[in-house]
Amino acid sequence: MSAEETHGSAEVAARIERRWATIAVIIIVMMALLAAFAGIHRATMPQPRVETTDPSRLHLSGEFVESNLGSVLEANGNVTVRAIGQQYSFTPACILVPADTPITLRATSADVVHGILIQGTNVNTMLVPGYISEQLMRFAKTGDYLMPCQEFCSFGHEGMWGKVKVIDKTEFAGRAKGGGRLSCVGQ
Amino acid sequence: MLANKKLILAHFWLAFAVFGVALTLGAWQMFIRSPIGTWLSNPELYYRSLTAHGTVMGYVFPTLVAMAFGYAISESALEQRLVGVRWAWAGFWLIVAGSIMAVIPIALGRASVLYTFYPPLIGNVFYYLGVVLVVVGSWIWVALMSINLRVWRKAHPGAPVPLAMFANVAGSYLWAWTAVGAALELLLQIIPVAAGLKATIDAGLARVFFSWTLHAIVYFWLMPTYIAYYTIVPRAIGGRVYSDTMARISFILFLVVAMPIGMHHTFADPQVGAGFKFIHSAFTALVALPTLLTVFTICASVEIAARLRGGRGLFGWIRALPWDNPMMLALAFSFVMLGFGGAGGLINMSYQLDASIHNTQWITGHFHLIFGGAIVIMYFAIAYDLWPHLTGRELIDLRLIRTQLWLWFVGMIVTTFPWHWVGILGMPRRMAYFDFSDPAIAPQALSVTLSAVGGFMLLTSGVLFLVILARGMRAPQADAGPYRFALAVHQPATVPVALNTYALWVGLMIALTLTNYGYPILTLALNEGTSVPAVYVGAQ
Repeated sequence: MSAEETHGSAEVAARIERRWATIAVIIIVMMALLAAFAGIHRATMPQPRVETTDPSRLHLSGEFVESNLGSVLEANGNVTVRAIGQQYSFTPACILVPADTPITLRATSADVVHGILIQGTNVNTMLVPGYISEQLMRFAKTGDYLMPCQEFCSFGHEGMWGKVKVIDKTEFAGRAKGGGRLSCVGQ
Repeated sequence: MLANKKLILAHFWLAFAVFGVALTLGAWQMFIRSPIGTWLSNPELYYRSLTAHGTVMGYVFPTLVAMAFGYAISESALEQRLVGVRWAWAGFWLIVAGSIMAVIPIALGRASVLYTFYPPLIGNVFYYLGVVLVVVGSWIWVALMSINLRVWRKAHPGAPVPLAMFANVAGSYLWAWTAVGAALELLLQIIPVAAGLKATIDAGLARVFFSWTLHAIVYFWLMPTYIAYYTIVPRAIGGRVYSDTMARISFILFLVVAMPIGMHHTFADPQVGAGFKFIHSAFTALVALPTLLTVFTICASVEIAARLRGGRGLFGWIRALPWDNPMMLALAFSFVMLGFGGAGGLINMSYQLDASIHNTQWITGHFHLIFGGAIVIMYFAIAYDLWPHLTGRELIDLRLIRTQLWLWFVGMIVTTFPWHWVGILGMPRRMAYFDFSDPAIAPQALSVTLSAVGGFMLLTSGVLFLVILARGMRAPQADAGPYRFALAVHQPATVPVALNTYALWVGLMIALTLTNYGYPILTLALNEGTSVPAVYVGAQ
């Protein structure tokens, strides 16, 4: 092979390589743009604000005292659910929500790191002690969902399963009439 | 030139011995949590096993492989006796001491916090100190790689650093810096609490520190595999590296962009705001670039080998490849697993999709496929390739080697594909058992059983691997000649300074870490009142 031929083949090799590198860069830029578009257009962003709370005082005062846990129908028709995770259960252990309603889940941990995962949905958040997790959700259909803890929280982790019960909107409104915090514990 | 064979063999043997133990634990875990296992009366045993499995597979095994391979590369690629052999042995014994120190509290059930630590859960202080010793031992290796390269540069001013060594040192720098995150978490946060000096800890900050280590560590595990792709495979199958320049660019990209992306592990966390999550998501997309470049270059290099062997046609050359060569087989399996695992990784990197599989068995399946599959199968190939040079004896039974590789590949697919599936169904990770009598969980029983079968295939393959290496120590003597690395089609006579040195890239790596991690860490550290009481594991 002459020196000129070697040079020529090196050029060809470099050209093909550049072409592939360009395609690779385009793929990656497209992916990042798609994620940005989906995030903004479909409003599927993670929780925007960092909120803190003191886990050793949860039971004494503030948003996560026992009497305030559960589901509440707000004046605008939306529902807010407040829950805590602790070794090895959720309170409330069964969350009651209406179908077809915008729901805000606010939750935190009373001890170690836990996680809330509602099976069959994309509701999935960590519960880190000291911080409040907030997730927006909406259930299209009524039914029962399992809600396991998805983060290792010591030896009882495998037994930490909660439930979500989605009921008809009007039925929920009826139950919510008396005020107070709703749940499906014991039902 | 491999002068310090004993040093390299000691690292490899320790790596593969602990790998064998951790693999056995893994198979037991798969069995006990599947419907074919008996009901585990004490789930606490499961978490001891899980902590040991993760600690060994995450910190000890790949680190030792990288070190052994690194010493071998330094001596054979630079053709220079290793400088600092005593220090290298000191590093080795530190890892031995650290591993023993860590494993005792694990075995006693005093450190069942998993290898990811999870404060405010706090285990016995000696577990963490043991992990620190392992990391310190590996940092000696990082320093030695840098020193050996410097000695070589003095003797060869301006010469291109051989590709294998260039990549090896890039990998060592990546490890040195990525380990800093977990080191800060351990030294500043966890160890003071574990030692009883403090009683509270900021769990959110700890998770951010750990994410600094948790992602780039995967690229440290990946480095030996990529070095093998570029510098062993083409030589072993009779080809050439398509492009030396592109190889260098890929390794540099890993060094720079593997680091500032770790917060994609905290997409579902409440302590990090949405802005930094988006930045890390975009950077995670970027890290696919060096892999896409590598896939192209390696496929092209393999095609060169096939055409040199008389392969013809657009795809007809694939048949001309030396498929009975274990290295060819390992590469093909590795690429298939890298393809599936990488595709899964792209799903994990976008937080919209991540929300449906975060912390489910999908994730377990993902990293077993990438690390246990694509990466570890090349560790096997590296060992097979180096063994005759280290022992001075031939590995005769190629058929057994091929069987071992096939079994590992099929076993890994059978294990991880059902895992991905149950993950999509929402099955959470790290559960000692599942109540398969619950009608909502019962449909997952078949998938979990399949995974367990895959686990035992992997165990069989791992045992075969150890048998092959042990038999190789007693085979008839044969001179394997000097250990060589693949040459490029156009072997470079000179290389631009930027592709021959690291200063610019290490600077960029540190700068990007500071921009992507500095603000979140600072705000969390300054945030008063987020430290929470420690919860001691195994406290009586």
